[in-house]
Amino acid sequence: MLDVKKPLVRVQGLKMHFPIYRGILKRQVGEVKAVDGISFDVFEGETLGLVGESGCGKSTVGRCVLRLYEVTAGSIEIGDTDIAHLSGQELRAKRPEMQMIFQDPQASLNPRMTVGSIISEPLDEHMKMSKAEKREKVGELMDAVGLARRFADRYPHEFSGGQRQRIGIARALALNPKFIVCDEPIAALDVSIQAQVVNLLEDLQEKLGLTYLFISHDLSMVRHLATRVAVMYLGRLVELGPAETIYMTPKHPYTQALLSAVPHPDPSQAGNIDRVILEGDVPSPSNPPPGCTFSTRCPRAQAICKQDSPEWREIGEGHFAACHFIE
Amino acid sequence: MLDAGATILNVANLKTVFSTRDGYVHAVNDVSFYLKPGELLGIVGESGSGKSVTMMSLLKLLPMPPAEIRNGTIDFDGRDIRNASDEELRNIRGGDIGFIFQDPMTSLNPVFSVGFQIIEPLRVHMKLSKKAARVRAAELLELVGIPDASARLKDFPHQFSGGMRQRVMIAIALACDPKVLIADEPTTALDVTIQAQILELIKELRQKLGMAIIWITHDLGVIAEIADRVAVMYAGQIVEHAEVKELFANPQHPYTRALLETLPKMDEARAERLASIDGQPPNLDHEPTNCEFAPRCKHAFERCLKENPKRRDVSPEHDVACFWDANTGGPHSA
Repeated sequence: MLDVKKPLVRVQGLKMHFPIYRGILKRQVGEVKAVDGISFDVFEGETLGLVGESGCGKSTVGRCVLRLYEVTAGSIEIGDTDIAHLSGQELRAKRPEMQMIFQDPQASLNPRMTVGSIISEPLDEHMKMSKAEKREKVGELMDAVGLARRFADRYPHEFSGGQRQRIGIARALALNPKFIVCDEPIAALDVSIQAQVVNLLEDLQEKLGLTYLFISHDLSMVRHLATRVAVMYLGRLVELGPAETIYMTPKHPYTQALLSAVPHPDPSQAGNIDRVILEGDVPSPSNPPPGCTFSTRCPRAQAICKQDSPEWREIGEGHFAACHFIE
Repeated sequence: MLDAGATILNVANLKTVFSTRDGYVHAVNDVSFYLKPGELLGIVGESGSGKSVTMMSLLKLLPMPPAEIRNGTIDFDGRDIRNASDEELRNIRGGDIGFIFQDPMTSLNPVFSVGFQIIEPLRVHMKLSKKAARVRAAELLELVGIPDASARLKDFPHQFSGGMRQRVMIAIALACDPKVLIADEPTTALDVTIQAQILELIKELRQKLGMAIIWITHDLGVIAEIADRVAVMYAGQIVEHAEVKELFANPQHPYTRALLETLPKMDEARAERLASIDGQPPNLDHEPTNCEFAPRCKHAFERCLKENPKRRDVSPEHDVACFWDANTGGPHSA
């Protein structure tokens, strides 16, 4: 089934290093290697879940893929165009195809604009539409995300968190994108509201044939949503594969530890979960350990892990991992 | 295991309101619960359900005004602390009752060393000498699993990672051997692998020190793992209360049931669609006169819109505030 699908987004060797400047002369003294050489595809119509802990670089990947940052190295093909090196004009023409839904609907909506103008702003920028057409389009979008049309003249503060996230989704849909990066879209919402938003995202995907890159630290929600899952640690991918494979038979020690750390909502099992507790904390991305970046916390680390960086290789059908000790 | 009658903390009919320009916000409405020595009571609820305000009310940690405790009795270890003097309360806070807050960065003072902040309660509450306090502070850091403890006393909060900072907070809360530890979303700001470390630490500390804990969270997974009993809060009220296994196996309140259904499962086949709770949590700008969950409840009937249900016993140690009967699927007779 997978080989029939063709990749819509193809990321290769993506690197994003942020320089660190110090002193009065603002000399560059180092760099934060937020994303350090990662490659993956997103197939048409699928949801690729990107998971990892805070500071692992997952949001940076999301932003790079839409070229909200100037990437340090690598290529990002969306459709047939490599957007990593497009000029401003060309990039602008490409923007309608790719959109983003942000984590915090409070911060990503302008408090001084009405909901209607927030949703129609992308239309003003990219489409030539009459006022009446625009009003109709905004109405359609609000219907699609389950907001009443009469709310179009209200301001973001009049809405609850879940409704605000719907406004953000309507805005992202305004230009009929093919590809949407969802950066922790449900992290700021309450449990009972999260399910509403996730169901909405799924409905829209089915209806409009959208492709999602879904960035999250909520492993159980990603399990529910994603077709395939990529696990990131300290700027690199450690494992990528079909969701079932990753959750049922994780191969990388980090994936195993991460999955076992999720609390089970079932007290009858509480005592007998075989849990891998990782020691210590994530190292700083400005000074990553040599060799495998996970070697400082890995329960299986050997001498070779501290010297050689493991190769990113296919270990099963469509299942990739970077570890010296995976057969 | 314990004498059911013995409680260390007993709260009855607590009501806290906030005065705002648009009238009163009824944040905590008629909340009653008890805590037995050595047990861990989990309080679950969404944001705005009043779980933090309830705990802050106990020790009057809320700014008053705008907050006002309208009603209730708070009995701690045989003492009435609702009417305690400021000085008595100061002795209890950080002494007999320790507090851990959600965000370890904002609750530690950035301009004092970690050692200073652990030593402070030891000097004030336990009247230790400087030297003895230092030794005890190092022991505490070691207890919560910070390597090289005595050397790190002079470090400042920003020199610790998030998980380590939360360990420091736990060390401060434990400094004076509290009888009760109140932890307000202590792992919410942490990553799952660090959360797992902290949960392990808490389990270990409970065995070693045996204090009672109130653990506030919105995460049912965490509750399932560490709690002995659970109280579920909605709109400033406790809607269900039971032993943890009983609550997960036999939830009675439609809200609890819906919450458990909305959780995506990690180890079962993937559900087609997540169950969701429609609508929004209510605005608390009025005294509850009907069931606050009724507008979102799929079992609601006429009575729910007219009367606010009182907590009724389902079995010993399990009660629910609902007119609907989960066992018969119809209205409850009482």
